Amino acid sequence: MLSQIVSALIVMVVGVFAAAAYFYLTNRILDLALPDTGDVVKASRNLRTRAMIRPWLFLGPAVLLLAIYLVYPVIATLILSFYGRDAQEFVGASNYIWAINDAGFRQSIFNNILWLAVVPAACTFFGLIIAVMTDRLPWGNFAKSLVFMPMAISFVGASVIWKFIYDYRGEGQIQIGILNSIVQYFGGKPEVWLAIPFWNNFFLMVILIWIQTGFAMVILSAALRGIPEETIEAAVIDGASGWQIFWKIMVPQIWGTIATVWTTITILVLKVFDIVLTMTNGQWNTEVLANLMFGWMFQGGGDSGRSAAIAVVLMLAVTPIMIWNIRRANEEMKGR
Amino acid sequence: MASISLRKLNKTYGALTVVHDIDLEIADKEFIILVGPSGCGKSTTLRMIAGLEEVSGGDLVIGDEVVNDVPSKDRDIAMVFQNYALYPHMTVYKNMAFGLMLRKAPRDEIDRKVMEAAKILDIEHLLNRKPKALSGGQRQRVALGRAMVRNPEVFLLDEPLSNLDAKLRGTMRAEIAKLHKRLGATFIYVTHDQVEAMTMADRIVVMKDGHIQQVDTPQNLYDRPVNMFVAGFIGAPQMNMLPVTILRDGQGFVARFEGQNLPMPGNLDQSRIAAYEGREAVLGIRPENFHEVAPDDIPAEALAQMSAVVELTEPMGSEVHLGLTWAGRPITAKVSPRCKAAEGETLNLLVDMSAAHLFDPKSELSLFSDAPQPRGIAA
Repeated sequence: MLSQIVSALIVMVVGVFAAAAYFYLTNRILDLALPDTGDVVKASRNLRTRAMIRPWLFLGPAVLLLAIYLVYPVIATLILSFYGRDAQEFVGASNYIWAINDAGFRQSIFNNILWLAVVPAACTFFGLIIAVMTDRLPWGNFAKSLVFMPMAISFVGASVIWKFIYDYRGEGQIQIGILNSIVQYFGGKPEVWLAIPFWNNFFLMVILIWIQTGFAMVILSAALRGIPEETIEAAVIDGASGWQIFWKIMVPQIWGTIATVWTTITILVLKVFDIVLTMTNGQWNTEVLANLMFGWMFQGGGDSGRSAAIAVVLMLAVTPIMIWNIRRANEEMKGR
Repeated sequence: MASISLRKLNKTYGALTVVHDIDLEIADKEFIILVGPSGCGKSTTLRMIAGLEEVSGGDLVIGDEVVNDVPSKDRDIAMVFQNYALYPHMTVYKNMAFGLMLRKAPRDEIDRKVMEAAKILDIEHLLNRKPKALSGGQRQRVALGRAMVRNPEVFLLDEPLSNLDAKLRGTMRAEIAKLHKRLGATFIYVTHDQVEAMTMADRIVVMKDGHIQQVDTPQNLYDRPVNMFVAGFIGAPQMNMLPVTILRDGQGFVARFEGQNLPMPGNLDQSRIAAYEGREAVLGIRPENFHEVAPDDIPAEALAQMSAVVELTEPMGSEVHLGLTWAGRPITAKVSPRCKAAEGETLNLLVDMSAAHLFDPKSELSLFSDAPQPRGIAA
């Protein structure tokens, strides 16, 4: 334990020092290799060349690492998806054909679509409502920090918490799950919530909504504060009701932010994995693509080809939203 | 009919009172301007009339209805904001039409009214643009247009020109004045710029620290300020204030300033001056009442000789502002550009004492004014 901490510290110090040394030394070498001295023409040419090289020196390490850890895996996955379970023989598109015909894959696609339809909308909606309401409350900031707090919990940690909420004990036993206790208190029959097909998807979604609403709220709250107070007052004088001001004056003015929040959560939802793995591991019809992929790769599946094919499908689904999101962000930056 | 009465109108935030018992009668179709330094309560007063601020005390009457608790939209008012407050996500057309749409006016009526207003304001070619694509002056016109389409009885304008450059401000000033005549509505206009107030208003309300100091026509305000604050606030450069002692001199009176006797000519109310005989007073002289040569229309006995050291010359083109030291006191004089005084020189000027003002040094009230004493200013 102690030796691990020590070695971690050493790695941190060495890493930071090495990075600093890299930037300092490459900079010096560049300055020495292309000096300012000499005749004017040469010096000014050196100045231009240095200005061209320097950004690459600074970007270099990051670009290299990104290539190794992002670009290479993407290409490798693509290739793997056309190979068999041991990545030995080329099988063409048969992994994809298998996927289309596989009941588990179809179930995952259906569930993913369900998640996509519910979670981003719910997070954005609740985030917006909470942002608007807390802005008017004296204890609004306290409420906000409470809503934001789940953001700090890992998905697995959150799932453990919610496992206790949905927990089921056999009939006659004391129910330690809060949901079943409540049901029992009001005279209902305890349920195995996570094993009720179809609806259990929503019980899992609640967890992600619980986590992500804080994110939506913080971003939207900042956007709401950016709305000029005068436009709201002008609307009051124009005769708009509170409802009309919210929908016709406030929401349109933060539409860009709403879209960004929505798409960011959408990307996250497509990748949802930890919650499903921890809560049900895809049982009782709760499977999603990411967990299916994980299962085929590591949990007894042992089929890198099928797993890779699922990964590629997932990536293709995320990419357009990602591109749109980045474009939006760039456009908004341009406005500043 | 949209006469407006403020009766003992009050605005308090907790223990802080920002508007103190204001009484004001605004006639139908009047162009009234509230003016004063920042924090004087003029904007708060306007916002109370608009219904954007609650009335803390007193009555606000529009027409003959007390509207203290009537929501803005039912007050038959429109407002133009300092930053225009255009809806950034709507086109110019929709910005102007929004209020009518909310009232569910028929589409052809909305169309007709927007086009009419756009034509008057010369913004027809901008109707499909978003506010972002407009210049400051154009935005201002759209904001005016948005107010106009509603056909309100009362226009409230909160420093509408303060974000425009000086040249545009001049043009818009004239246009707003023209608009007022054309629309035949009551205009209530807030500004801190006394030039705007002087040029546009039928009457000006000068405010300070939440109290009304004086309500009068621009010329009366200039000629007969009720106290030193109004005298100093209206007119640029500011009126010069000099400490004097009133002394009897034969039949008449003189104001004694640093060993110099300045005549108090007969056009000034001698009986009121008499009340201050032997006492201290503050003499107010506007910068334009200093002359290099005696003007034809002022009797010689009203002119006092003085000499002062030139500290600063500010040529304005049509006139020159001189920063002078007169008997150790800094004063400002406005003279013709023919005056070739150089800095450091001693200059002989004539003071037109027939235009002099006298104030009580303690209460700061004018000796010559019959206007009711403004509350909250007397010591």
